[in-house]
Amino acid sequence: MATPVSTQSTSSAPRRPEEIAKACEAIAFDVSFAPVRAWKERTGRKAIGFLPIYGPREIVTAAGMLPVAVMGGGDRVEIVRGDAYFQSYLCQLPRSTIELALGGQLDVLDGMLFPATCDVLRNLSGMWRMSFPDKLVRYLDFPHDHRPLVGMRFWENDLRALAHDLGALSGIVPDETALARSIALYDENRALLASLDALRVEAPHRAPIAEVYALVRAGAVLPVEEHSVLVREYIAAAKAADRAPRDHARVLVVGAFCEQPPIGLLVTLERAGCYVVGDDLCLATRLVGEQVATEGVPPFASLARAWVEKARPTASRYLPNEEKGRWLVDRCRALRADGVVLAAPSFCDPALLEQPMLQTALDRAGIPHTCFKYAENTAQLQPIYEQAGTFSDSIRLFTEAA
Amino acid sequence: MSTRDTEGGHVPKEPSMIKQKELLSAYYDRLVAAPQTGQKVVYTFVPGNLTELLLAFDVLPVLPEINALQSAMRGRSGDFIAEAERAGHSEDVCSYVKCDLGMLRAKSGPTGKPLPPPDLLLLSYTGCFTFMKWFELLKQEFPKAEVAMLHVPYQADGVVTPEMRQYVLAQLREEVVPKLERITGKKLDEDRLRELMEKSALAEDDFVAVLEAGKKKPSPIDGYFGAVFYIAPLFSAFRGTDDGVAYYRLLREEVEQRAAEGRGPITPLGQLDDQRIRLVVEGPPCWTSFRELWSMFAAEKAVVVASTYCKVGGLYDTGFRHDPRRPFDSLADYCLGCYTNLSLPSRTDLVARYVREYQADGFLVHSVKSCNSFSAGQLLMLRSLEKKTGVPGGFLESDLVDPRYFSGANVKNRLESYFQMLLARRGAAAERAAEVTP
Ligand code: SF4
Ligand code: SF4
Repeated sequence: MATPVSTQSTSSAPRRPEEIAKACEAIAFDVSFAPVRAWKERTGRKAIGFLPIYGPREIVTAAGMLPVAVMGGGDRVEIVRGDAYFQSYLCQLPRSTIELALGGQLDVLDGMLFPATCDVLRNLSGMWRMSFPDKLVRYLDFPHDHRPLVGMRFWENDLRALAHDLGALSGIVPDETALARSIALYDENRALLASLDALRVEAPHRAPIAEVYALVRAGAVLPVEEHSVLVREYIAAAKAADRAPRDHARVLVVGAFCEQPPIGLLVTLERAGCYVVGDDLCLATRLVGEQVATEGVPPFASLARAWVEKARPTASRYLPNEEKGRWLVDRCRALRADGVVLAAPSFCDPALLEQPMLQTALDRAGIPHTCFKYAENTAQLQPIYEQAGTFSDSIRLFTEAA
Repeated sequence: MSTRDTEGGHVPKEPSMIKQKELLSAYYDRLVAAPQTGQKVVYTFVPGNLTELLLAFDVLPVLPEINALQSAMRGRSGDFIAEAERAGHSEDVCSYVKCDLGMLRAKSGPTGKPLPPPDLLLLSYTGCFTFMKWFELLKQEFPKAEVAMLHVPYQADGVVTPEMRQYVLAQLREEVVPKLERITGKKLDEDRLRELMEKSALAEDDFVAVLEAGKKKPSPIDGYFGAVFYIAPLFSAFRGTDDGVAYYRLLREEVEQRAAEGRGPITPLGQLDDQRIRLVVEGPPCWTSFRELWSMFAAEKAVVVASTYCKVGGLYDTGFRHDPRRPFDSLADYCLGCYTNLSLPSRTDLVARYVREYQADGFLVHSVKSCNSFSAGQLLMLRSLEKKTGVPGGFLESDLVDPRYFSGANVKNRLESYFQMLLARRGAAAERAAEVTP
């Protein structure tokens, strides 16, 4: 019997933000996926996993199943068999994901979706087919042609085919009405996460990055309604908490769109004097931050359009003309960030090839930046502490001088 | 070993090699002269290249991967990569990209002369996401160049669906052709496109006959080291041309002649007639130590009878041909069908088929650090292939064009022990067979 994990307070007193964050941490970083097991036992329904950077969770939910973002094993999984599957010069995420699968922790998932994020995840979809032939495996080929009657139509067809396959597994083939209901639930969640982001911009001392990250990441495994309750509770608690601001630099953390840094690394950035006022962490559940439902557009078409028109410009998307650099500069200004930390997973071609382009854009705009590589199980945090500390000091000196 | 005509280590060139050299060098001259002649230049990639369509517009294709590999074979890639890393590129990423960017920064070309800038960046990114980043970076270097995106869906389920084909066709008609028309100021002449495709198919027939000669014993070709020369015209700018047709006819005749005489291919150590080991190879070559690696095979009398690398620019031996009767459909099918666009299970099945059909003693996986598209999953392929074929596999690691990742002594050790194991296995099998024969 799986241990049920409570997302709610057991007493009537409101929880403090750190208590909510602690509960979220237990959910978000549980590599045995106990919350998913508990949900399945409670509901008798199925769960579908997906890898970063995107899964159409709205469709999975509309098909009566639980979407679960699988973001590797972080620093909580010892790699025993995973190394026999991947050469040393490949990133860590697929290795720990295979490790989890071989260890049986992912048995709880009845299918797996592989988004077209990079060559490694693309090939991992084939490895999954070879290794787990009884599970549903689908590859999500995002369109890089963005015209409504070409790329968007192709993508919408793909989403409809996915809905059909998921329906065959769950017994509920989602129609437009069911999808509209599901999109509304996720839109509510997106609106709450946007409020959380706004709080971070206005008062970053009220919502430390480690808490925010645990809260956001809990959404990777919880049903969306439950997650929305938690986000609402956290925002209220964080606003009410007595937390004093510090003289920290305001930074954006960019580059961690797929393999996630260990939470210790995020804590280190803050300890070193950086308030993270914006990030691209946990994009698997946040790639589309805007409202998906579009007036006058049917739900499947809205969802297809959201990927093309509303998804964040990450390294996995082809956008020429330095659009991503411009977006980053604009975002820095909108969030009143003093600088950018470019943090990319080691051996990640998309992230690392993107970095010099972003650096050029930041240089042109006169925005300070620093960059480093990490792996999800990076344990040596002292060099990062020193680097981030120097960066934060230099920004503050620069700001004071200005 | 039984080699002939080595003339003190100097390997003689066959007529097809001389012809190829002439073709490529004339082509580079045309490219270098493009700013003067006014011919438009299109940068694009090998897997899923649209050569016939480009030639129908009289534009000159430039293939950055080929620039990178040529720089490596001329011993210049290490410097170009260092140049790109000085400019902020990570040691971790694909060395092809860095070699190309370093070459641009050094204001050089693979032959030493700088190449003309692109009028169009034609991003047909069959089978590799790094291509996208590569062209985003090139677009930054050449802001005036137009970009045409051709997103080719991946054959994740091992099939091409009508929707996938439709998507590619729509992009060809609504994105690629209009952009070519705009940069050249010409309308597409479909009859010319058909004529070009007719010639492509002729060359492709001869090319397949050359590759399939690897089934003979002894094999008159080397299907990996030798084949990278055989693929060069077909995978680059010569499909659809008279020169291409003539080259493949000449090559086929040479190969058939060698087969009829029971001769093997020419290797860096001379002609390899006496072949002890037949291999299939999966993965790209190591261009920086190309001859050194080939020599290690030749020294052990090992011949590669088939490889996957010579299918990255088209999987012709499974039946595909450019078809003048349905030019756009066949361009779409070509892009969708390249080896790099196959799923891991399909790739594994193909290698298993080669092992069987080419009667190989073993198969080697060459894993290159640069190329996630090829490498991710190769260890699982290896194990699965061993199960499927009952033949032991070998595993080598190095890189495409970054000389820092080729360790000669290490590779040699691994190869020697692998070859010894294959021979011992064959010896044991022969003994077993002798025991049961009355
Ligand atoms: S970390 Fe980068 S290379 Fe690794 S799976 Fe994610 S996107 Fe791909
Ligand atoms: S990753 Fe591989 S296929 Fe892609 S550009 Fe690099 S070498 Fe070519």
